[in-house]
Amino acid sequence: MTEKKPELILAFESSCDETSVAVVEDGVKIRSNVIASQINSQKRFGGVVPEVASRHHVEQVTLCAEEAMTQAGVTYGDLTAVAVTYGPGLVGALLIGVSAAKAVAFAHQLPLIPVNHMAGHIYAARLVKPLVYPLMALLVSGGHTELVYMRGAGEFEIIGDTRDDAAGEAFDKVGRVLNLAYPAGKKIDDLSKLGQDTFNFPRAMIKDANYDFSFSGLKSAFINKVHNAEQRGEKLSKPDLAASFQASVIDVLITKTMRACQAYGVGQLVLAGGVAANSALRSALTSAIDQEDPNLDFVVPPIRLCSDNGAMIGAAAHVMMARGARADLDLNADPSLSFAYAEEVLN
Amino acid sequence: MLVLAIDTSNRAMSVALVRDQTVLGETTINVRKTHSESLMPAVAQLFKSTSLLPAAVDRFVVAQGPGSYTGIRIAVTTAKTFAWTLHKELVGISSLAALAANVTTSAGLIIPVFNARRDAAFTGAYRWQNGELVSVLADRHTPMASWLAELATQTAPLQFIGDDVESFRPQITAKLGQQAQFVSGIDNLPHASKLALLGQTAQPVANIHRFAPNYLRITEAEANWLKQHPTNEGHEPYVEEI
Ligand SMILES: Nc1ncnc2c1ncn2[C@@H]1O[C@H](COP(=O)(O)OP(=O)(O)OP(=O)(O)O)[C@@H](O)[C@H]1O
Ligand SMILES: [Mg+2]
Repeated sequence: MTEKKPELILAFESSCDETSVAVVEDGVKIRSNVIASQINSQKRFGGVVPEVASRHHVEQVTLCAEEAMTQAGVTYGDLTAVAVTYGPGLVGALLIGVSAAKAVAFAHQLPLIPVNHMAGHIYAARLVKPLVYPLMALLVSGGHTELVYMRGAGEFEIIGDTRDDAAGEAFDKVGRVLNLAYPAGKKIDDLSKLGQDTFNFPRAMIKDANYDFSFSGLKSAFINKVHNAEQRGEKLSKPDLAASFQASVIDVLITKTMRACQAYGVGQLVLAGGVAANSALRSALTSAIDQEDPNLDFVVPPIRLCSDNGAMIGAAAHVMMARGARADLDLNADPSLSFAYAEEVLN
Repeated sequence: MLVLAIDTSNRAMSVALVRDQTVLGETTINVRKTHSESLMPAVAQLFKSTSLLPAAVDRFVVAQGPGSYTGIRIAVTTAKTFAWTLHKELVGISSLAALAANVTTSAGLIIPVFNARRDAAFTGAYRWQNGELVSVLADRHTPMASWLAELATQTAPLQFIGDDVESFRPQITAKLGQQAQFVSGIDNLPHASKLALLGQTAQPVANIHRFAPNYLRITEAEANWLKQHPTNEGHEPYVEEI
């Protein structure tokens, strides 16, 4: 009997401002996960400048790949496939990962697996524990706020999403008003711990009979509150402002997520995306589940796996590869790639 | 020496496999399709029709810019990844030089031109000397008007080359008259076999990881930032492993 060779996927991620390359074993075990972050550069501009992001990626991509291979202790002969994020994201940034992944795959005659970045965020949870279908995923990141229903492995249906700003985007924009450096999510999270929800900002769409979100009204209410106070020469408590903003976001997210879990009868809830790092969101969801649906299994990746990284792409690639996903050498970046909406899936 | 040469600096894409002085194959595609879609299939087809494998390549030669930012990034990323992953040599050649190499008969100066929009160009001046293409006036991003004024001080005939020259032609003739000559037809397209030949005699890069395009322009965001923050305090290193 020969021992079964493990499946090893070399995964590239470059959709925004992190260049990351990972080696993932059997879709569940991180052998390496090298992440090069451009935050130091992009915070000069208060947000990600696409051309600057693309330039940094070119300088990082082979370095990250080499380190990923070395840390994992693997050679090309050990690899099963090469995977890459091909969307959604910044087109120029995506193209660096796509070009590099194609070159490695072609040079070593390995299959190329195209991965949706948002599938990556969800499958970060598989690096924590097995997923049980059907499940619900609350995807909250810099560019997305979606409730995704999964009937089975690799099957995604959007049942609700944001009509305007994404949750992470709202954190970052509100952070700018509070003079917090980009990206502000973590800083608002920390600041909120020192304050209280005293401003009672609106909870948009919380009662609507759908699973959609809207955060631009909250953002405007926040900005108005701060500006009006400034004009009166009044000083508002920053921690209270942060806590009030965050409470509004979390309230809506949790109310709709719990409702969706019950309506769809899922046994597991995955929290994913950069905003999943938010400590108040994590604990509020945990207690909502305790109170309303104690049998619901809650999975949330560790913070390092919530923001963009190659390991989550490798984990998703494992699932998509088993479903037959293969890219040809003409694979292009698709900046507006999206899961299908539930009604499209039914039709 | 087996060389794979790649040029996606502008609208046309060209790839070639060259062994020593022999062109084994060359593909040039000149349609509006993204290089990301066209490049790797063209490379794969070249290997297939020549019955060669990527591992047989000794040196990857790439047109390193200037040109379309996205275009030069695709070529540079592809070439550096090949060189890194196969442990082979990597050479970067000016995209302007690669185009200038199409002109082999000129005794004067060869002026490759890429349109950089807003009446500006990526350009430079080249000359053949003892069988070698040398840069006489360095590659630059420049307003076309001041470039033509500088060229007018030259005495040699000026051979303009490039697909984009046509758009500047009235301006060029107005300023330079008979001194300006124009290349016709397919010579205005890049041919990666020429790039490969230039790359054979060049020095391979010492650090493949750090290899990046020659954009010849800082980004607008960074230029504005540096105007307001000349010392760039506290922001280096820009990229950190986390
Ligand atoms: N502790 C936190 N609390 C709230 N938000 C946070 C926290 N940590 C990070 N974020 C937010 O997460 C976002 C980044 O997440 P992520 O990297 O997943 O987004 P992205 O990749 O830019 O967008 P997308 O995944 O939608 O393409 C930022 O908006 C950031 O402010
Ligand atoms: Mg992301």
